[in-house]
Amino acid sequence: MVPIEYYIILSVILFSIGVAGVVFRRNPLVIFMSIELMLNAANLAFVAFSSVLKSFEGQIFVFFVIAVAAAEVAVGLALIVEIFKSKRTIDVDQLNSMKE
Amino acid sequence: MHLIETMNTGFFFLAPWLVLAPVIGLLVNAVFGRQLSEKWIGAVASLASGTAFVVSVLLAYSVAVNHGHAVSVPFAEWIHIGDLKLDWTFRVDSLSTTMMLVVSGVGTLIHIYAIGYMHEDVRFKHQEGRFARFFIFLNLFIAAMMILVSGDSYLMLFVGWEGVGLCSFLLIGFWFEMDTLARPSWANSDAAKKAFITNRVGDFGFLIAGFLMFWYLGRSFQFDDVFAAAPAIAETQRWVIIAITLFMLLGVAGKSAQIPLYVWLPDAMAGPTPVSALIHAATMVTAGVYLVARSAPIYTLVPEAQYIVAMVGAMTALFAATIAVGQYDIKKVLAYSTISQLGFMVAAVGMGAFVAGMFHLVTHAFFKALLFLSAGSVILGLERGHHAHAHHAHHEERHKVRGKRKEEREHEEHKEVFDPGDMRNMGGLRKTMPVTFWLYMIGTLALAGIFPFAGFWSKDEILLDANLHYTSVYWQLTIAAFFTAFYMGRQIWMVFFGEARSDAAKSAQESPKVMTVPLMVLAGLSVVGGALNLPFEGFHHLGHWLGYTLGEVEGLPLNLQVAGISTVLALLAIFISWLIYGRNPLKDHQSDPLKRPLGFVFTGMENKWFVDEGYGVLIITPFKKLSQFLAEVIDWRFWHDFVHDTVIAGTYNWLSEVVLNRYADQKGIDTFFNSWGSFTQWLSGNVRKIQNGFVRSYALSVLLGVVLILGYLILK
Repeated sequence: MVPIEYYIILSVILFSIGVAGVVFRRNPLVIFMSIELMLNAANLAFVAFSSVLKSFEGQIFVFFVIAVAAAEVAVGLALIVEIFKSKRTIDVDQLNSMKE
Repeated sequence: MHLIETMNTGFFFLAPWLVLAPVIGLLVNAVFGRQLSEKWIGAVASLASGTAFVVSVLLAYSVAVNHGHAVSVPFAEWIHIGDLKLDWTFRVDSLSTTMMLVVSGVGTLIHIYAIGYMHEDVRFKHQEGRFARFFIFLNLFIAAMMILVSGDSYLMLFVGWEGVGLCSFLLIGFWFEMDTLARPSWANSDAAKKAFITNRVGDFGFLIAGFLMFWYLGRSFQFDDVFAAAPAIAETQRWVIIAITLFMLLGVAGKSAQIPLYVWLPDAMAGPTPVSALIHAATMVTAGVYLVARSAPIYTLVPEAQYIVAMVGAMTALFAATIAVGQYDIKKVLAYSTISQLGFMVAAVGMGAFVAGMFHLVTHAFFKALLFLSAGSVILGLERGHHAHAHHAHHEERHKVRGKRKEEREHEEHKEVFDPGDMRNMGGLRKTMPVTFWLYMIGTLALAGIFPFAGFWSKDEILLDANLHYTSVYWQLTIAAFFTAFYMGRQIWMVFFGEARSDAAKSAQESPKVMTVPLMVLAGLSVVGGALNLPFEGFHHLGHWLGYTLGEVEGLPLNLQVAGISTVLALLAIFISWLIYGRNPLKDHQSDPLKRPLGFVFTGMENKWFVDEGYGVLIITPFKKLSQFLAEVIDWRFWHDFVHDTVIAGTYNWLSEVVLNRYADQKGIDTFFNSWGSFTQWLSGNVRKIQNGFVRSYALSVLLGVVLILGYLILK
């Protein structure tokens, strides 16, 4: 039996990588992947606690998170395609017309 | 008093239908009245009232088989506050069923009569659309009257009391945009308002009596609770009972048209004749008598208050009877006669002769309804004659289409308006309207108290009691009875005998069956109604019946002296009226033959002793002056001009001039707010730099924020 701390540490690492990816990368596809990484870090923590506490609630949450994440990706990718069609770029630093 | 809550025997559970049946009737007519024909509207309304009558009969039967025990039938919860419980409960006992039978029985006959009457009335006034409205109001009245007589507490009685007041107002003002001769005017609506406002004065008394009752007599409005608490209070705080009874008398004076509040009833004749018969003769105006009879356990505690009630009744009886002698309008005579007869009843219940008062209430309902409805038949007969005559005169013009009618009416206005209710326009009607004549004769003989008609027995019983109790009341009532016979004789001679004094009276036409048949029923009741309570051993049926509720009273035996005096006086009065009006019938445009010998006395009677004018000088003019003073001086000049304009607005003007001068305003206030504005601009200029549009910098701020919050939570 792997101790719970290991899962937590792995989850933290994954989450930090995800945060770093969102903050430092300029490609929206990579940002998306980083978001997925964070979500899955949370999922990992959920299932880990679920198994330790002998409760299904965490696992049920994970299902919801996966479903919502899938929907989010679908919407997000569609947005990226549309943005590329109109701007001819997907570099997020070029997409600052929302300022002010 | 016994109260049985279980209702295993009898039809007591039907009690709510007393109110529900007329309400259903009025709803049907209110919703479908425009689609239904007049026959159906009348049938629905009469059926609704008839249902209430059947229920009343069943309830009376149930009381009888129940050995006269009072039964309470709970119907609906109304107000529950803490321990206080005010519910709508029906009280079925011998007193309330007597009233129910009179109200619904006479009411149903009048409904049927009204089908015929209103059919013509709406056509003479060119307002066919109002036919349904009339029956809606009539059914509403029956419902309200049933609430009044069937409630088991003073509060429910008051609800009905106000309800019938409303119906009275609505029906007096039924032709609200014209006067009694159908000329455009607000006379009828003024009459309605007069009735309503006069009754407000009376209702004020009723309310005060109710409040006193609630406060001192057991914190309840229930009859039984109040009656149970009253004797103890009468021992310790006698003034409370006296105040309650006298304030209640004020209410009675309003509703039952007694001195000093009777003035509304003669004006109430502006309503259509079935209304005068139903509301202002047979039922609603007797509510005051019922109230005193119902409150018998309270009144009998204070003989001094009873004496006042009896005196008020007796004075009203005599006073109104004298006015009736000098009236020319056929309905006004009957109106003053009603006031006078109500005086008899109030005097009776005041003397503690509750059975005699209720007995007279019942027989009076029969013969006064009969007289009013016959008078309606006379008026319509004259109207028909007038139209037939006019028709003959303007044969061509009259056959125009309906659209032309307005012009026609305007045309008519220029002519002298014919008054079909004025007895001076009548005469000789016994030939043209024989059925109405005989019906009217029966009603007259019953009212005049001629043996063996109903009025003889009931009036005699009142006189008998008065003779035992208060001599002054007895003599006032006896003289009033003399006048009663006289003015009714005068009316008969003027209306039905002699020669016709107008073209309309010459060509008057008899009324249809739908009107005369209900009258025949009422005439039959006026003849045999006395059998309810004959002054012989074993025949005091009504006395025995009401004794269940009011306590057993000993039926008085016939006193030949009292009966003899009243009969001789009545016959004498009729003979005198024949000498004056019958032997030498009134000619056209001849003034009343009594006018010369009586002089100013007759002028007084003719003008109702100038009571309305007196009230005008004593109350209404000062009241108007006071309201004008309050409006102009207090409200406008003091409150508006001085307080608002001078004090409040002036103070603000002064303040603003002080505060908003150049230095305070521009230097002080402007500077402050301008610098506040500049500061906000400067701040927002800096803050906007954060919003740079780079999504990654937003993400970084979120991250920093999370780190800060988490750091705070962990290090706390």
